Amino acid sequence: MSAQGETILDIRGVSGGYGGVDILHSVDLNLKQGELVVIVGPNGAGKSTLMKAAFGLVRVSKGQISLAGEDITNISPDRLVHKGMSYVPQEHNVFPTMTVQENLDMGAYIRTDDARPQMERIFELFPRLKERRKQPAGLMSGGERQMVAMGRALMVEPKVLMLDEPTAGLAPAFVQQVFEWIQRINEAGISILMVEQNAKQALRIAERGYVLATGENRYEDTGAALLANREVAEMFLGGR
Amino acid sequence: MHNVLQLTYDGIVLGSILALGAIGVSMIFGILRFAHFAHGDLMTVGAYLAYTFVRWLHWPIWLAALPAIVLAALIAVALDQIFYRRLRRVAPVILLISSFATALMLRALVQIIWGPDNHVYEQGISIPIRAFGLIITPDSLKVLIGAAIMVTVVHLFLAHTKMGKSMRAMSDNMDLALISGVPVNRVIFWTWMFAGVLAAVAGILLGLNTRLIPTMGWDTLLPIFAAAILGGVGRPYGAILGGFIIGLAMNYSVLFLPSAYKLAVAFVIMIVVLIVRPQGILKGLSL
Repeated sequence: MSAQGETILDIRGVSGGYGGVDILHSVDLNLKQGELVVIVGPNGAGKSTLMKAAFGLVRVSKGQISLAGEDITNISPDRLVHKGMSYVPQEHNVFPTMTVQENLDMGAYIRTDDARPQMERIFELFPRLKERRKQPAGLMSGGERQMVAMGRALMVEPKVLMLDEPTAGLAPAFVQQVFEWIQRINEAGISILMVEQNAKQALRIAERGYVLATGENRYEDTGAALLANREVAEMFLGGR
Repeated sequence: MHNVLQLTYDGIVLGSILALGAIGVSMIFGILRFAHFAHGDLMTVGAYLAYTFVRWLHWPIWLAALPAIVLAALIAVALDQIFYRRLRRVAPVILLISSFATALMLRALVQIIWGPDNHVYEQGISIPIRAFGLIITPDSLKVLIGAAIMVTVVHLFLAHTKMGKSMRAMSDNMDLALISGVPVNRVIFWTWMFAGVLAAVAGILLGLNTRLIPTMGWDTLLPIFAAAILGGVGRPYGAILGGFIIGLAMNYSVLFLPSAYKLAVAFVIMIVVLIVRPQGILKGLSL
């Protein structure tokens, strides 16, 4: 995908957090059309908070966030879904007592047209979900649940997909699998912003990466360049 | 000697009434996160509304039930809009107390409008059917038929309509429903309609099974909560299961205890469930 595409998500000088305490301090980030961008950094760096701020789940006290040129600062999540943003939380990202198919139906809640072709595409990406579509999502394995969670978010055919630590808590064998899915989703033309703990692996598939620490921008470069940067590697990627 | 078969039958009849009440309590808790103490009195209101149409217009009970159900659903929505909606962002315990106050108001209204005396839907003696050593009253059959229809309707609604699925989704995972674009306020509105309909039917069936008295719903609230908790709070199918288990347990208890302890049996089950398995049979929300 071309990194020269137009900026679709633009975060400028954003500060914000929970209650009265700011966790983010004047953070900048942009995501271009069709790009796969990863945010890495130590625990407590504000990675997930930044993503939540972009999705209206955390109050932004300063700065501006825009989606395809339109100001979306502090707009509620349910309205952002209508504007083409979709978000997969790190935890509690499925409806546990509902079947796989019902989970996907809920993802398509706002659609007024026929969502079945999109469901078929999701079943093509995740054949396992088709096999198990009548099963409650809560009874599935961690990896399968992650498929359901991503599938739900993809039902609206979003312009921007945001993934909060999609490999958290998964067996190592599954982690690579999840990154492959993310690449395939990205290759289908969906711009992806994700937060990842498995920083090295994530940077390998990402076009660009941002390193965040204590709520501030530290580094910003292509995935390959960040991986090659000795300082970044030592401080944030756990050495070589 | 008690006839176990008869106790089973009576337990199923009682259980089907408790189940209908418990579905509403469970869904309200699942979606709004508070124990709705006025639910029993909402049942009473539904029962008396039906009684009004039976008495004044001489309608048969099944016909009188229809306007009573609609009115009770509207009353449920009105209670939410007037009282509970303003309290959505406060601590759940305040909502709980306000629902307790609402319960008192509803009960007082019933007494003011219809008086404190007992009423029955139909005067006169109905001949019970005797079969397989069972005494089956025509009214108890009506209760079973009415409950079976309602459980079917509830299932079709929850499993196959967009609104029904949205209710389950909100009860399952409120945040995820919100970020999927589910219109939360509209779902809350329909949850009250749904709970009002079920409360009215449960109240009418309770009135058919026994008599109408102003405390009928309040007196049934405890076993209803026991059923909702036993089934797993926020789990409508669990509430149905819980209703039957509590109904049967209350009736079987007379084999060992004086029948005055029936209510205590429901209470003991509730406490044991809360201690041993607070998530209930179908793993509901944590309380």
